[in-house]
Amino acid sequence: MAEPTAPPSLRAEFWRGVRAEFPLLIGVAPFGMIYGVLALAAGIPASAAQAMSAVVFAGSAQLITTQLYTATPLLLTVLTIFVVNLRHLLYSASLAPYLQKLRPGWKFLLAYLLTDEAYAVVIADYQRNEHPQAASPGFFLGAGLALWATWQASTAVGVFLGANLPQNWSLDFTLALTFIAIIVPTLKDRGLLAAAVVASLVAILSAGLPYKLGLLLAALLGILSGTWLGEEK
Amino acid sequence: MKIWLILLLGGLATYLTRLSMILLFTHWQIPPWLGRALRLVPAAVFSAIIAQEVFIQNGGINLSFHNERILAALAATLIAWRTKHILLTLGVGMATLWALQAFFH
Repeated sequence: MAEPTAPPSLRAEFWRGVRAEFPLLIGVAPFGMIYGVLALAAGIPASAAQAMSAVVFAGSAQLITTQLYTATPLLLTVLTIFVVNLRHLLYSASLAPYLQKLRPGWKFLLAYLLTDEAYAVVIADYQRNEHPQAASPGFFLGAGLALWATWQASTAVGVFLGANLPQNWSLDFTLALTFIAIIVPTLKDRGLLAAAVVASLVAILSAGLPYKLGLLLAALLGILSGTWLGEEK
Repeated sequence: MKIWLILLLGGLATYLTRLSMILLFTHWQIPPWLGRALRLVPAAVFSAIIAQEVFIQNGGINLSFHNERILAALAATLIAWRTKHILLTLGVGMATLWALQAFFH
């Protein structure tokens, strides 16, 4: 195979990626802090809370883990993380054409950095490009690493705060509020709305199930109803 | 110990999901029905968690007026819907909860 030619301006592309990601960092930092606080409140050791931000590197899955940690068995927790992160399959597929020509090393590295927030910025930029092959890995790396650094730092702040905040402030409610802030603005069509409403109702009615199984059941039925009701378009 | 296994296995599952289509792209494409279903995952999962956090207390459904979280969540939903502003949503939600708690107790 021919030696892939590095784009001439990898460094410039990297910094362009960092700058493009910047506005999203402001929104991500509070989630990192909330995660850190909730992880400690759930009894997760500070070192593991910080390590999860580096290894899993997925905000909503990490927040859900703090929720499941005490009552749910190991494999069910991992399954929930997997299901919550399944949406990355879509991101992976939609970026794949732009990354096809890269060396495997780039693919393995960029896949690690493929979060919601990096995806949003990178796909917008790549789609503006004329040819899929011209897309620069530097831009993706810059956007992804900027988010990565912010996520690690804000987790650390949260872990620090979590160890020092009083327990009677109802701070666990920030989990629900965080998800409201994320999801409400995205409920833009009938399928999404149906998924949200059905999942909420099932979650309430099935809350008595052991191991928080109700959450998975609610998600499944919500997705089914949304697929069914959102069909005709 | 359990938490380390969770983060290792959960991290592996997440990473493989992210890597999957970037590596396999030429051999397999996501069928449309699966694409539609995956697009709904966040809405369904997050809503389920929100609902349990707001309506379930001490293991039971609490729909009473004294469940301050219902009104606080409604206020936050309104702010999120109208402004799309994350910090404002968090601020209004927590402020509403604290105000109602101070009022009722």
